[in-house]
Amino acid sequence: MKIELTVNGTARALDLDPRVTLLDALREHLKLTGSKKGCDHGQCGACTVIAGGRRINACLSLAVMHDGDEITTVEGLAEATGGTLQQAFVRNDGMQCGYCTPGQLCSATAMLDELREGWPSHVSDDLNGPYELTHEEVSERMSGNLCRCSCYPGINAAITEAGAAK
Amino acid sequence: MSLDLKIDGPDREHRPDHLAQNVLGHEIDRPDGWLKVKGEATYAAETFPEGLVHGILVRAPGIGRVSCANLEDVRNMPEVLAVVRDERLLRNAAQGGANEAPVQGVDTAEYVGQPVALVVAETFEAARHAAVALTVEIDGVEAPVDPEAVVPEEPDNQISTRGDLDGAMRHAPYSIDVVYTTASMNSAAMEPHAATAVWDGEVLTLRGALQMLKFNRNELADSLGLPPERVRILAPYVGGGFGSKLGISADCVAAAVAAMELNRPVRVVQHRRDVFEVNVRRSETRQRIRLACDTQGRLTGLGHEALVSNLPKEEFFEPVLQASYFAYAAANRDLRLKAARINRPATGSVRAPGEAVGVTVFEAAIDELAVKTGIDPIELRLRNIPEKDPDTGVPFSSHRLEATLKDGSERFGWNERDPAPRQRREGEWWIGTGMAAAFRVNMITPAEARITLDGDRATVESDMTDIGTGSYVIFQQIAAEILGLPTGKVDVRLGDTAYPPGSGSGGSFGAASTGTAVWLAGMEIRRALAERLGCDESEMTLRDGYVTHGNRRVPLADLVGGGAFSGHGRVEPGDAQEKVRQATYGAHFAEVGVNDVTGEVRVRRMLGSFSAGRILNPRTARSQCHGGMIWGIGMALTEEMTHDRRDGHVVNRDFAGYHVPVNADVPPLDVYFVEELDDWAGPLQVKGIGELSICGSGGAIFNAIHHACGARLRDFPATPDRVLAALS
Ligand code: FES
Ligand code: FES
Repeated sequence: MKIELTVNGTARALDLDPRVTLLDALREHLKLTGSKKGCDHGQCGACTVIAGGRRINACLSLAVMHDGDEITTVEGLAEATGGTLQQAFVRNDGMQCGYCTPGQLCSATAMLDELREGWPSHVSDDLNGPYELTHEEVSERMSGNLCRCSCYPGINAAITEAGAAK
Repeated sequence: MSLDLKIDGPDREHRPDHLAQNVLGHEIDRPDGWLKVKGEATYAAETFPEGLVHGILVRAPGIGRVSCANLEDVRNMPEVLAVVRDERLLRNAAQGGANEAPVQGVDTAEYVGQPVALVVAETFEAARHAAVALTVEIDGVEAPVDPEAVVPEEPDNQISTRGDLDGAMRHAPYSIDVVYTTASMNSAAMEPHAATAVWDGEVLTLRGALQMLKFNRNELADSLGLPPERVRILAPYVGGGFGSKLGISADCVAAAVAAMELNRPVRVVQHRRDVFEVNVRRSETRQRIRLACDTQGRLTGLGHEALVSNLPKEEFFEPVLQASYFAYAAANRDLRLKAARINRPATGSVRAPGEAVGVTVFEAAIDELAVKTGIDPIELRLRNIPEKDPDTGVPFSSHRLEATLKDGSERFGWNERDPAPRQRREGEWWIGTGMAAAFRVNMITPAEARITLDGDRATVESDMTDIGTGSYVIFQQIAAEILGLPTGKVDVRLGDTAYPPGSGSGGSFGAASTGTAVWLAGMEIRRALAERLGCDESEMTLRDGYVTHGNRRVPLADLVGGGAFSGHGRVEPGDAQEKVRQATYGAHFAEVGVNDVTGEVRVRRMLGSFSAGRILNPRTARSQCHGGMIWGIGMALTEEMTHDRRDGHVVNRDFAGYHVPVNADVPPLDVYFVEELDDWAGPLQVKGIGELSICGSGGAIFNAIHHACGARLRDFPATPDRVLAALS
């Protein structure tokens, strides 16, 4: 099937087997291997990308469902956001092996937007914001992104630092 | 030329302290960090050689003789290129350092989940479809899958006894005799094992998710029937290993066999469910601990008996007792490891094999003795620190347990604790604190590295890997320090068997082993530079790309001139191994809440104080400690591979069923390093840090659970059902 995706600001035409996931379209067909495959069924968050402004697990979505969508992957994050969060990840050692890192970065970028827009989380005291960037809120909102190296302290420090800088 | 060092004795020079660049011991950014945050670090399944095709492993649904009735039909499916049923395919991953092929074969499945075929197709989607279509029939046999139901082997070299433990137990004023269990566990690195194989008719080049390339090359060559010179392995970035990538895995051989057969590059990526079955897992354990002490809490008897398991024909057995040989003194001792041969997926090294479960359980048992005697748990440990290795009688190279216990206790505020359990309640929650000591053997293994100095730019090369541990940055720091260069002037190239063989990543020995090789390579260059200057290398100062000798200061690039300098270092363990007992030590502290209604346990804060030689980069070292402590949370509360009682298959073989700690499970963690320069650890005084922090951390949590609610759990993990049962 023929589709068009706008990936990191560039229009990309693709002709895909309908079974191809958005993740494999990015990794295999557009050779944007920054987005990672950790489980291929929605359990780890390594494949998180931003589609239409929202974070999604790209492995759980077929590429053909995204015809016309705007996708931001880790490769386009610095340009889209200025790279503050990425710098904070390096400085705070928000990574070890780096395999979950692109997913963490995309997820955190969208998460900070959700927080600013006043979306509540499971640990929020009430349903009406605004919400603070507390340890509890960050760790709850980032729990869809597993890190087996267990860099959560560094990840949270980086997100808190970058979130405060905004 | 090469500068070689065998570590036979202490090194009291402490040269790193007398160099001028001052980058060792500082928080330098990982050079690979920038690639990782931009998505530019390429892992095993992220290259696209011309003509690349995709392979999917098919696994056995039972134990017994294997046949595939519709093999030909599947071969004829659209886009399918081959169904490989080759006797060279691996039964399970090689053990760490195997250096030869592991057990191979696809005709018989010896555990449920064993790879029995590889389906290769033009696209990933077609290969996956065909792999699902392949029917695998099993002519089943009865196979033992329960470690408790077979008569275990008792290897002689795994028994160490002294004195009369039974007598000591009978006569002691205080004793405990308790049985703990720990669960079958999985490394579950985030990058699934993957291999991309390219065959040019002469040389097989494989990009893999592997930790120890010099061994992996021999393992792969042996598996394929090729001489090692015709195998090259690349693994510049590895998405976590934790032991599961020490030896070559099924994907490597399958991709290589298919590539050689089809003359096309083949990529095989393990599905997450494969990862849980076809590599190696941490053995479940049953551990009986016996402790006897006098009225002052001095141990008179110490028994540690463990039952572990593995598949037939595997040589590895989780070395549960490894720290019990030297951790505490007691005149009467009985240590023995028993090994059950069963047909569950293979066991092997997982982060801190041995101590991760052995120390964790032992430290929980010691807490039971402390409660029984009424002696503070820290004090009880302090009273039992041995003068010398209780097993062999040799001295310790350095022993900082007392310092870490005191440091951690002070920072955690241990003294404010009411020792009585079940005293603090907040709503539904019982709150309590616990502690445990950490022990881990320290090793150096043979390693080589090369540095090339061209002008004022240095390049470090070794086949060593960086699996997230920070190899790139610490080698950059070591080379920068010894050559007097800013770190930005040092490039580090790793993960290619074309480079000198490093130690590989495993057993926490990477920094000390390959790091020392890098140091030696730098020292060889220093000496050559000094020779050119006409002085001894210790008389010149190298800093910021300048060489100073007496009142002469010249740019390094001028001294180097047109031709590059090359240095090669090689280190190997020597007599020091026999002369001293060398280990790393630490202290864990945890505060938990135990929900009286639901049985849920939440860790509220954790603190670790560790001594592990010279800390090269506190930031990456701290991250390693965070990792180990968090793995301790997993071991204590959630991680458990469940094996089906009938055929041993892994019931929960993905992240939905196997619960690794997520962000919300982890409270703020504090990590402190107690200064230690161990002269027996080579010229850098560096020791391993990647595993120490998992040794005992789960024990601190278990002890905190007891302090919180008064219930003593002895089965890891403390899931809500177990906690509720213990509460009532
Ligand atoms: S790869 Fe998509 S959630 Fe794991
Ligand atoms: S950095 Fe390795 S999994 Fe997160």
